[in-house]
Amino acid sequence: MRIWLEKQLHLIDFTLASLARRKSKNIGLLAVYALLVFALASVGLFANALRSEASFVLASSPEVILQRLVAGRHDLIPPGYLEKIGRIRGVQKQEGRLWGYYYDAVVKANYTFMARPAEEIAPGSIAIGATLARLRGLAPGNVISFRAYGGKLFTFRIASLLSPDAELLSADLVLLAEADFRAFFDYPAGHYTDIALSVANPQEVRNIAGKLSQALPDSRPILREEVLRTYQSMFDWREGIMLTILAGAIFAFIILAWEKAAGLSAEERKEIGILKAIGWETGDVIRMKLWEGLLVSLAAFLIGFIAAYIHVFYCGASLLEPVLKGWSVLYPRFTLIPAVDGMQVASLAFFTIFPYCAAVLVPIWRAAITDPDSVMRA
Amino acid sequence: MKLRSSLLVLSLLGLGLALLGLLWLDASHPTDAARQQRSARQKLAERLGLTDLSLFMEARYTRHPSQADLHAALQDHPAAFEHFPSGALLPPPAVLTESHAYLAGKTTSPD
Amino acid sequence: MIELLAVKKAFNQGRSNEYWALNGIDLRIEAGRVTALRGPSGSGKTTLLTLIGCLARPTSGRVRLKGEDISGLPERFLTEIRRQTFGFIFQQFNLIKGLSALENVILPALPTGRPRRELVARAEALLAQLQLSHRAAARVEWLSGGEQQRVAIARALINDPEVIVADEPTANLDTVLSGEFMVILESLSAAGKTVLLSSHDPLVVESPVVHRVIAMRDGRLVDL
Repeated sequence: MRIWLEKQLHLIDFTLASLARRKSKNIGLLAVYALLVFALASVGLFANALRSEASFVLASSPEVILQRLVAGRHDLIPPGYLEKIGRIRGVQKQEGRLWGYYYDAVVKANYTFMARPAEEIAPGSIAIGATLARLRGLAPGNVISFRAYGGKLFTFRIASLLSPDAELLSADLVLLAEADFRAFFDYPAGHYTDIALSVANPQEVRNIAGKLSQALPDSRPILREEVLRTYQSMFDWREGIMLTILAGAIFAFIILAWEKAAGLSAEERKEIGILKAIGWETGDVIRMKLWEGLLVSLAAFLIGFIAAYIHVFYCGASLLEPVLKGWSVLYPRFTLIPAVDGMQVASLAFFTIFPYCAAVLVPIWRAAITDPDSVMRA
Repeated sequence: MKLRSSLLVLSLLGLGLALLGLLWLDASHPTDAARQQRSARQKLAERLGLTDLSLFMEARYTRHPSQADLHAALQDHPAAFEHFPSGALLPPPAVLTESHAYLAGKTTSPD
Repeated sequence: MIELLAVKKAFNQGRSNEYWALNGIDLRIEAGRVTALRGPSGSGKTTLLTLIGCLARPTSGRVRLKGEDISGLPERFLTEIRRQTFGFIFQQFNLIKGLSALENVILPALPTGRPRRELVARAEALLAQLQLSHRAAARVEWLSGGEQQRVAIARALINDPEVIVADEPTANLDTVLSGEFMVILESLSAAGKTVLLSSHDPLVVESPVVHRVIAMRDGRLVDL
């Protein structure tokens, strides 16, 4: 055992001394390799943390949202619907919600307007999300006017800002009194955007959704589990875009690594001949090269992954922002709560370490089975 | 005596692995600040009945993906690209993308 | 110590460029003596050294080392024997560029798994013996030809082999350095090593250090 260990240390010493001979080239390779792991790991960690945050936070959203559809489009809930639902057993509470979108041509951004009861937001005043406040340079006490779709100008006083801790959910929110909402959007009285339902027994949710569809055939119930499922899959799309962009970099690296690792130069071939002539077994040569591949790729993985973790969770994923932001004008500032998926880490480790070791080993195998007497014949 | 290069590199890698373990611990034990942040988000979601993260605001179906109807992708943010290849060929009407920003802060009435 | 019986060696066997480098060699080499193979280039000297030094196997015939037939052994065992029994000094020295003299010297001992401290101590002792201590940390490509050869000699001795095999050891040295090499050779012989070398340099083959000269031509032994 001691001999085995000492021998491995010898082989590592030798392979490090070999790598040190082309120091700048090998350090450059390690840097590019680590950068690639960094980019992949950043995207993976970011998306995973966002997904887990969504599933935590949205677990407290309404059990069922009822939407009405007309000709495939979301339409207003007409008067009388709320009363009809009241008769369905198991529904604890139903509430008509009022919300909609507003396009602010000044900054070319979309806001979400949401009506709140008058006791929460006084008429004539609004509460806004922190991102919006930052974008428009607003503070509590300021006044802002929005031109309604009808052409009329409405002026509101900012009563408060929503907690910056919750910016991830409230970046573009404008909360206003119900009367203001109806006036601003010219919303017909008695109509609602949709209906939020509370269901006491979670096992009943599917039954109730079935009853709702029967009672109100033109409506579509959206269950909380569907909302959560949306977020489990939704981020994959943007992650996919990011990975597509990265694919070019990945292939460039594969070519580089292959050229470096697989293209065995005449000099290296000669060195292997010398090592074999002076008493190294083929197995020793292969083990030595395996150590080289393992050390380089493990180092790249560790550097890249640790840097990605710090980047995503302690530096706000600032490098990913432009891509994930897409084309929206508003982008919330938020810190993600660290979440690591073991399977994700393991597969990243496997796909960084294994191919590189293979790329190192394949040509060495060919060289290592050459006869040791070649050094004398040359 | 100088530390042997193999031992040096192996201990650095060991350190890296230990750091990886620490990150793991870090990820499985959220800080108080993080917990507070998460509970603030949960409370807001509960109070307002929010169903979506406000991450992408360029279109209805990206702002509220869980609430989007099946045809939502057809009705985008005026200046946004969309899912479909045609979006790359057909720009939105000019009147929608025209900027009014030059008026910002220059009018006497609040903007 | 080493016996060869009807040894033949072919290269590219069965192809159009088939070439018989050795054509039936019968030879005994005694332990503790300096034996020189002499002959023009292409006479098969180097090929014979590779067979004796377990670098290659004969196409036919037997090679015996201390009475044991080694010509049919699989590569792993040949490597083991080569490492323990033989030390090689190559014509081109074949040092590994970019490594220090000391690192080059300990190379053959790495697969043995002996502690590094022990190997370094032995390598330093060997370099001191060859008056090369001051160059131990220098990269081998910065050394002069004579220094490089002494590094190669130290490397050949690191595993304390019984036999030293030297292929054209003076081919890249001038007269003064060749003379120094013969002095080292003498001390090796005095230390009880069996030395086997190939050369067509009169300085070597006519030297009193060499006990026996074997002449070769066209892959056969010839009488002087």
